[in-house]
Amino acid sequence: MMPWTEIFNFTPLQGLAGGILLGLGAALLLLSNGRIAGFSGIISNLTNSDRSWRLAFLAGALISGTVLHRVLDLPAADSQLPASGLIIAGLLVGFGTSLGNGCTSGHGICGLSRFSLRSLVAVMVFMVSAMVTVYFMRHM
Amino acid sequence: MMINIVTALISGLLMGAGLVISGMTSPDKVLGFLDITGFWDPTLMLVMGGAILVNLPATWLILKRQQPANAEHFHLPERTTVDKPLVLGTALFGIGWGIAGICPGPAVTSLLSGSADIILFFLAMIAGFRLHKATSLLAR
Repeated sequence: MMPWTEIFNFTPLQGLAGGILLGLGAALLLLSNGRIAGFSGIISNLTNSDRSWRLAFLAGALISGTVLHRVLDLPAADSQLPASGLIIAGLLVGFGTSLGNGCTSGHGICGLSRFSLRSLVAVMVFMVSAMVTVYFMRHM
Repeated sequence: MMINIVTALISGLLMGAGLVISGMTSPDKVLGFLDITGFWDPTLMLVMGGAILVNLPATWLILKRQQPANAEHFHLPERTTVDKPLVLGTALFGIGWGIAGICPGPAVTSLLSGSADIILFFLAMIAGFRLHKATSLLAR
């Protein structure tokens, strides 16, 4: 028996199309700049001397994200959490990705694509810990 | 190099667009994937699958080159073994991701989408990066 009761809100075509764009973007950065397209590392290393490509990358994501958000008329990405919850979550995501050297993009998309054992372990650990966290928050 | 800034910008544009189109800038949609015991939304699996479908063969071809197109060498992570910081860090990241449904990529991409929640999360995430860098300096 599957653990879930019902498939819900599934948008496979949009997911696949968006995923292909993510893969293309990551491939371009590796081919041209020789860099891993990991958001957490790019943000947390903005204070390094070699910052212009990092700023350009983040500006690109911010520009296309903001424009598409408007064009597609999407609702603001609000959370149902109180401010304290957002602060705790943000601190954990920042501290954790810095300690663990990556997030969903760096480990998930780039690391798995180059068969990194560290990234494979990372993806399994953050998927399980996130799923367990959601289970506690929603069902306990 | 100027070309590196342009390619980083385009890479960011592609990845920001990918995150919005795939629906991954919606915290509720991400949490719908992580909540496997309720009504389950498998979209995130296709996002990651689509990204890897493109990025895996691209990475394989790119890394066969002597050097990137516009840089002297590839900047790949030096560590290859699974260690405690990797596991602890990615576990903490997963908890934060599970609490809010926001990871670093969407935090940047949605920053100007009109949600104060994202801005608060983003600032806490930056504080988390700083906190880790400060503690790792102390530990040295």
